[in-house]
Amino acid sequence: MAIRWKDYRIKGFYDELLQATGRSRAWARPLCKFFRSISDAELADRRAASDLAIRAMGITFTVYSEEEGGSIDRAWPFDIIPRVIRKDEWDGIEAGLKQRVQALNLFIDDIYHDQRIVKDGVFPAEILADSKNFRPQCVGVTPQNGVWAHICGSDLVRDKDGTMYVLEDNLRVPSGVSYMLENRAVMKRTFPELFEHYNIQPVDEYPSQLYECLASIAPREAEFPEIVVLTPGIYNSAYFEHSYLAQQMGAELVEGRDLLVGDDDCVYMRTVAGLSRVDVIYRRIDDLFLDPEAFNPDSALGVPGLMRAWKKGNVALANAPGAGVADDKVVYAFVPKMIKYYLEQEPLIPNVPTYLCIDKKERDYVLANLDKLVVKPANESGGYGMLIGPQASPKERAKFARLIRRDPRNYIAQPLLTLSTTPTLVDTHAEPRHLDLRPFILSGTRTYVTTGGLTRVALKRGSTVVNSSQGGGSKDTWIIDTDGM
Amino acid sequence: MLSRVADSIYWIARYLERAENVARLVNVNAHLLLDMPRKATLGWQPLIDITGDATLFDSLYNEASERNVVRFLIADGRNPGSILNTVKSARENARTIRDIIPREAWEGINALFLEVKANLPAGLAHRRRFDFLRSIIDTNQGITGLLAGTMLHDYGYDVLRMGRNLERADMTTRIVDVRSTTLLPHESEELTPFENIQWMSVLHSLSALQSYTQKVQGPVRRAAVIRFLLQEREFPRAFLHCVGEVRTCLQALPHNDDPMRYANRILRNLRSAKPDQMPAKKLQKFLDRSQLSLARLDAVIRSTYFALDRKAPIVEN
Repeated sequence: MAIRWKDYRIKGFYDELLQATGRSRAWARPLCKFFRSISDAELADRRAASDLAIRAMGITFTVYSEEEGGSIDRAWPFDIIPRVIRKDEWDGIEAGLKQRVQALNLFIDDIYHDQRIVKDGVFPAEILADSKNFRPQCVGVTPQNGVWAHICGSDLVRDKDGTMYVLEDNLRVPSGVSYMLENRAVMKRTFPELFEHYNIQPVDEYPSQLYECLASIAPREAEFPEIVVLTPGIYNSAYFEHSYLAQQMGAELVEGRDLLVGDDDCVYMRTVAGLSRVDVIYRRIDDLFLDPEAFNPDSALGVPGLMRAWKKGNVALANAPGAGVADDKVVYAFVPKMIKYYLEQEPLIPNVPTYLCIDKKERDYVLANLDKLVVKPANESGGYGMLIGPQASPKERAKFARLIRRDPRNYIAQPLLTLSTTPTLVDTHAEPRHLDLRPFILSGTRTYVTTGGLTRVALKRGSTVVNSSQGGGSKDTWIIDTDGM
Repeated sequence: MLSRVADSIYWIARYLERAENVARLVNVNAHLLLDMPRKATLGWQPLIDITGDATLFDSLYNEASERNVVRFLIADGRNPGSILNTVKSARENARTIRDIIPREAWEGINALFLEVKANLPAGLAHRRRFDFLRSIIDTNQGITGLLAGTMLHDYGYDVLRMGRNLERADMTTRIVDVRSTTLLPHESEELTPFENIQWMSVLHSLSALQSYTQKVQGPVRRAAVIRFLLQEREFPRAFLHCVGEVRTCLQALPHNDDPMRYANRILRNLRSAKPDQMPAKKLQKFLDRSQLSLARLDAVIRSTYFALDRKAPIVEN
């Protein structure tokens, strides 16, 4: 008997698979039963099989190591117990994500045109003035269909009462979707019988959906537009994903030096056969490195003249430059208001309550309650530069109080959510570990949401940091249709 | 095919070929010296002259002793042309395109690098050196075969063969150059026993002895060897053959006017020349010119296919 669920302790958290009574949730029951029924030896076998599959499939992420002489590929840390969400809950989340991304795209387009939302007093002008990701170079540009953020990765977390919140929206170059796809491939190899008997919604249509989304924004009429994935190169931590997505879509994987902007302001790639026109660039390079003529002049990753070609409508960029203006933890606080303002709807998924330090009253509250709050800088990602108040030392809290007073625009604070947990394999038994979920939303002529998304899990006991660069792992995410179960 | 990818393939081929050539050179020289009388002035300096790295070598070492030369050619991280560094460069190029070349080829190149790195002490130890170098040659031949049998025979494969053949042609002219002028300056009607041994070793260093004896009757002599190594159409390491291969590859590639003109010129000059009858000085000049023309061919191939600018032709798509 492998996993004894009665030994699994849930301490004041919402657990994704089990109820507080220790009984499995209805939609997770066959899964829990399966893990209870197999022997220790078989569990060990399956785990070894999944490790082997990850190595054989070459699923890696890149970390920089001085010791080992530069970048090295690490095998992707993966846990074999899937995370399960029932389909009717997921349908609501999917609708909420579509609503959210639609509002975000309207917001970005508005910001680079009339700024109605500012004039109408819904969004403060001073926040925009201080935005690190607002690009004056983009003012007045209208991308295809008015869509700026074609690929969005929104992070969802569940609090102790079971409510799902949006924690942040990644609108610049969100990553992780390849791991969502590979996690499923590993699970199918390792546990084929579970897929036979369980109604698990498929995830594999993402690459073709991404291709269609990108093809729909091509500036030229063509049956097969030339789509390329622009990567910073093999030393980037997400290079595996760039290469994987290019392969899955049948697109060319290019670096900045492969492209040039011709005298006709069109983008071409250098090929053995000559210069070949490019229609759509799925860029995985940050705005500021895209075009040394328009942004950082020292960038060797970008393509001189690219912004010119884009502004003339000769090439589509996904995501559009400047889309990151809405990828800011201060702007995040206004998303519910945007949904009301642009769509005249109530938000379907709530935001985490957020205190803006730029507002004096809210700042005073934050400074007085640093021991209860999580403080985040507006423009960092990957969990860097944060203060987790309840776990921090008085010295760290004092440091953040100084930082907030010096630059209030750049900080927000949120109550510390009690993140939900899910059973995760530790040696031969299961222990609760905290997790989040990153679904991906594609916006072209229509909107598509991945079935589930990438579940990231903090592998260390008690930790809530799920980033792979900081000891996080991941799990397959199952959306289960409970009809007929 | 992306120019950058083609460029990497080209360099993988050149670096692997270079590593193999150096391995052959060192092995054959060691064998040759065992057969020579003690007072012979041969030694290890010619190897440095062949690779063209005399300036760098002199700045790093006091004398061209066996120990120094072998270390310099096999294991010296400061020498970009050492086996260690060429294999490493091949691997770095392969790494950037590992999703494009066959997985086994990447694994093979990676394994070659790891093998070289792990066995460097063996390469420097006199007794185990032969096996070490032999294994580099074998592994490299394995990779070559693997690429021929698994990679798409598209533009990339043509580029791979061009890189390999240009590198080969370069090495053959260097070996003939150094061995015929500095090492063996004397021409006499009489065949001295050591001259014979030396020319045999030159053939050995290009794995050419067996092919030579099948193709050429009579003793191994200077004129016939030079003719064979430079002008034998059927021997895969002969200058003429290598450039002919490059020309064949170019025929399959688009926009080939410029590089074809260069390749054809080399072939024309080579066919009409009589290098076997040239005195040492004249032969040296001829070989210098040949090497320059190879460098020009390399440059025009690179500018046509790898380093396109705005003026390059546009593909209809």
